Amino acid sequence: MRQIIDFFVRNKNFILFLSLFSFSLILIFSNSRYHNSFVLNSTNSLTGRIFETTNFISSYLNLKNENKSLNEENTELKKLIYNYSKETIDGVKYEVFNSKVIKNSYSLNNNYLTINIGNIDSISEDMGVVSNKGIIGITDRVSKNYSRVISVLNTKLNLNAKLKKSNHFGILNWNGLNYSTVQLIDLPKQTKINIGDTIITGGNSFIFPEGVLIGNVSSFKLDDTQNYIEAEISLFNDMTNIKNVYIIRNNDLAELKKLNE
Amino acid sequence: MNKITRNILTALLLIIAQTIIFNNINLFGYLNPFIYIIFIIYYPIKNDRIFFIFISFIIGLLIDIFSDTLGLHAAASVTIAYLRPFILKISFGLAYIHQVIKFKNIDFKNKLIYISLLSIIHHAVLFSLEIFDFSKLLFSIDKVIMSSFFTISLCFLFSYLFKTNER
Repeated sequence: MRQIIDFFVRNKNFILFLSLFSFSLILIFSNSRYHNSFVLNSTNSLTGRIFETTNFISSYLNLKNENKSLNEENTELKKLIYNYSKETIDGVKYEVFNSKVIKNSYSLNNNYLTINIGNIDSISEDMGVVSNKGIIGITDRVSKNYSRVISVLNTKLNLNAKLKKSNHFGILNWNGLNYSTVQLIDLPKQTKINIGDTIITGGNSFIFPEGVLIGNVSSFKLDDTQNYIEAEISLFNDMTNIKNVYIIRNNDLAELKKLNE
Repeated sequence: MNKITRNILTALLLIIAQTIIFNNINLFGYLNPFIYIIFIIYYPIKNDRIFFIFISFIIGLLIDIFSDTLGLHAAASVTIAYLRPFILKISFGLAYIHQVIKFKNIDFKNKLIYISLLSIIHHAVLFSLEIFDFSKLLFSIDKVIMSSFFTISLCFLFSYLFKTNER
C-alpha cells in the first residue's frame, strides 16, 4: 500500500498530465452533442459578446460590398415577387430569419460559424443556414442569443445534394484541404455529369428546401470501387467572407421527424 | 503589481489577442500562428509544476471555447507544459541544471532551439489530433512546419518587443 502511495506521489506530475490529456481526448472524440454542455463552445454569452463587439467594429470595413450584394439580392427577389401570380399561399412551409455572422473560421478541419440569433428568436438546432449565393451550413448549438453553425467546410458534415439537371443525388462532404472546394461522393456511375454543372441541395433532407445552390462541378472521376463518381465542387459562396445569412426553419420538421421514428 | 495578477493579466491578454486577431490571419488560407504559447514558453522557470500544468490546461481550454475546437488546444498545451522541463534541459543543458538561466539574457541559438522545440511539439499534437487521418499525413506535416515557422517568428518578435519588462 505504502509503495502504491509512494508511486503516485513520485509521479504526480505525470499522472496529472495524463488525466488532463485524456480528458481533452474525451472532449475531442466524444460525438454526443449532449455530452459537452453549451458553455464549452462559442455560443456562451461571454464569448458571444466579445465576438459581437469586435464584429461591430470590423463590419464597417466591408460595408460597401455588403450593401451592394444585399441590393443585388433585393432586385432578384423583387423580380420574383412581380412574376409570381398566385396571391394566396395556404400556410408557409419554410420560415426565414436573417442574422449576421460574428465569428467565422475556414482554416481548421472542423469549422464552425457563430451567428447572433438564438433561442429567443425561435432558432433551434438542425436548421439550414444559407447566404444569398448559396449554402453555408446547419445550426448545431443554440444558446439564448447566439447559435453555432456547422460550416460546409467541416469534415463531420454530410449533406444530401444532387445535380440540377437530373435527379441523381450523392453525399456532399469536405476533405479538409481546400476551403473553396467540397466533394460530392457516391454519385451513381450512370450519371451524365459535365464540368460546370450546377449542384443543388436534394429534396431528401428535412433541413434544406430542395434547390438551394451549392456550387458547380470543377472536376470528377470514378472512385476506388469504380461504381460511383466523386466530383470536386467549387462553392458559389466565398466562405472566407460571409456577413449576412438566412436561417431556414422547416415548419413541418416535427411532423416529418415523428413520421420517421 | 504582484506576480500572480501580472501572470493572469498576461494570460487573458494573450487569449484575447489569439482569438480576435491571430485566429483570423489565415495566411495562404490555412496558416494561423498560435502565439498564446508565449505564456507557456516564458512562464517562470522556478514554479509549482502541478499548478503550471493545470493553468496551461485552462488556457488551452479557454482558447478552445473561443475557437470551437473543443479539447484540441487543451491537449496540445498540457503536453508542452508537461514536457517543458525536459526541453529546457535539452536546449540549455548545464545552465538549466544549475538553475542560472534568465530568459532575458540567453543567447540566440539556445533560445531558438527552445522555442522551436516547444512550438513544433505543440503544433504536432494539435494538428495530428485535429486532422487525425493517416491519408492526409503530408498535409498535416506541411501544416505543422509552416504554422510552427509562423509561430516561432512571432514569438521572437514579441520577445524583442517586450524585452524591457520581461520576467
